[in-house]
Amino acid sequence: MGRIIIDHTKVTKEIGEAAVKICPFNAIEYNGILSINAGCRMCKICVRKGPAGVFSVEEDVVRAIDKSKWVGVAVFVEHNKHEIHPVVFELIGKAKELAKVINHPVQAVLFTDDAKNMTEELLSYGVDAVFVYEDVRLSHFNVEIYTNLMADFIHKIRPTVILYGGTSIGRSFAPRVAARFKTGLTADCTILGMKENTDLIQNRPAFGGNIMASIICPNNRPQMATVRYKIFKKPDQVKPTGPLVKMKTAGVDFTSGLSLLEISPKPKEMDISEADTLVACGRPFKTPEQLALAYELADLLGAQIACTRPLIEAGLIDPRKQIGLSGRTVAPKLLITLGVSGAVQFTAGMRGSELVFAICDDAKAAIFDVAHYGVVGDVFAILPALIKKIKAAKGLI
Amino acid sequence: MKIIVCIKQVPASSQVQIDPLTGVLIRDGNNTKMNPYDLYALETALRFKEVNGAHITVITMGPPSSKAVLEEALWMGADDAVLLTDRKFAGADVVATSYTLSSGIKTIGAFDLIICGKQTTDGDTAQVGPEIAECLHIPHISYVDKIIKIKDEAVLVSVSMDKTTEQWEITYPGLITVDKGIFTPRLPSYKRSKQLKDEQIKVLTFADFADQDESHYGLKGSPTQVERMFPPQKNTDKEVWTGTNQELSQQLFQKMKDLKIL
Repeated sequence: MGRIIIDHTKVTKEIGEAAVKICPFNAIEYNGILSINAGCRMCKICVRKGPAGVFSVEEDVVRAIDKSKWVGVAVFVEHNKHEIHPVVFELIGKAKELAKVINHPVQAVLFTDDAKNMTEELLSYGVDAVFVYEDVRLSHFNVEIYTNLMADFIHKIRPTVILYGGTSIGRSFAPRVAARFKTGLTADCTILGMKENTDLIQNRPAFGGNIMASIICPNNRPQMATVRYKIFKKPDQVKPTGPLVKMKTAGVDFTSGLSLLEISPKPKEMDISEADTLVACGRPFKTPEQLALAYELADLLGAQIACTRPLIEAGLIDPRKQIGLSGRTVAPKLLITLGVSGAVQFTAGMRGSELVFAICDDAKAAIFDVAHYGVVGDVFAILPALIKKIKAAKGLI
Repeated sequence: MKIIVCIKQVPASSQVQIDPLTGVLIRDGNNTKMNPYDLYALETALRFKEVNGAHITVITMGPPSSKAVLEEALWMGADDAVLLTDRKFAGADVVATSYTLSSGIKTIGAFDLIICGKQTTDGDTAQVGPEIAECLHIPHISYVDKIIKIKDEAVLVSVSMDKTTEQWEITYPGLITVDKGIFTPRLPSYKRSKQLKDEQIKVLTFADFADQDESHYGLKGSPTQVERMFPPQKNTDKEVWTGTNQELSQQLFQKMKDLKIL
């Protein structure tokens, strides 16, 4: 926190021009006078690495909140027509780990027109209480009404953490809650941890590049995060113990500027998130002929084809087949990557894979840091030979 | 009809690395571009304009150098551009960014529709659009992939959800974030770039805003803090093979056989 202060008495032309180069965000400017522009992210590198005494930090006085007044690790229960999204159980599993560190309860919060047997199912995964807002008007998701309901839950129950699935619904609705409470929401966390002072440690890939950032929200509650499906493991079921708490909807505003006119199911297709075996193609694949090789290998292994972002941008493969932060998260038993270099953008979406083979011609590629077996070589030279061997072994040639 | 399009300048390359010795972020030069998803947002606004007539204002928050993306938007066909820049806005996370943009939008005046890209390529959070809507107390729809009908008081859109396609009507004033592929973005017009050479981009700073509480902006208004940055965890239990293509394919084949994959 705070801001960067410049001691102008120590700045010469030489120092000023050199200082500009230190900042990774191009936030330092020099045109006779050294200044810091709006690009500053307070990384403080100029203070540490810059010319001695020129840059310093002025710390702010931070208002402290009473963290002990915020208790519970809550999970938002997303469901589609009373069928709970499986990411919810994964979040409950993680919530139990987090709650254990600080000895807090795990809470599930459900908005529905009919709770049916969803509460029993939630309790069977070991939540300590299910809070249900049941109202006939809640037959379908509405981002404004859901925000009002969550706001009501936060005011009444005051959980320290709320976790949301990184789904279409979670990613649309959680930000509104964050804006209303002026609190942090970290998108697409891949690792979550808990400090003893109840601060949630939220790790996610940053800058779309090869870096992980560890983010905290130390002076605001509730702390909120979204997590994609298949990032965490589903916990085992236990003997249900917790109570069902019925919440009143009487005081909640149900007006909205949105109206749903029509819902149609998407044509059912195999989702790569659910696949056991995947063959993922990377940047070197530029033509349908080259892709045919990958499809041939996939057929032989009973695998689905997936890919990285450049192939989507080139229009070679359906966008729903993309693995990564801007695509799907996968956790297959076997993943074979072909020519994938392994940017965090990609690896964030496949860390749950049990066994990874990687072929890539760059020996320094990051994919070899996450693969179990790495092959340094030209994918288009190795693939035909491998396919031939597999075919021969299967008696196909 | 008045449309506001929110855009952002992002690094042209996503290749960011950490110097292993100093732990310092190494960015690939000074290359920047307009966030690719924002091109779809702007194109959507331009289609509205073509169909029903509209006045399009593009807005961005960033250092003075982010004027470049506003110019590009003007060359594509936007009518006005507004830059929100102030040292007090620096270090903003999603909450502070959204609040600053919404303050800027309030300063500009009345509007019917705000259009945002679905996310940025540097932050990848997809949160700023919905948070702006909340700050302005207006409805929003995320991930719009089709504009079905533009009405006087509302717009009918199609949204691709995880398992369904939904049609929603959103009344004005409202906000939509649009998915890639909604329309093919046009290229900036050379003619417009010549005509608009002296086009003034309006600059707004903290002093122009109604809310003069500094603690709502920039780093002070940001609930989240980055505690540390680190390279991703490596898999230590691994084998990396090199050799001729023949050797490698044999090795791969043998290992797959040993592991009973084949």
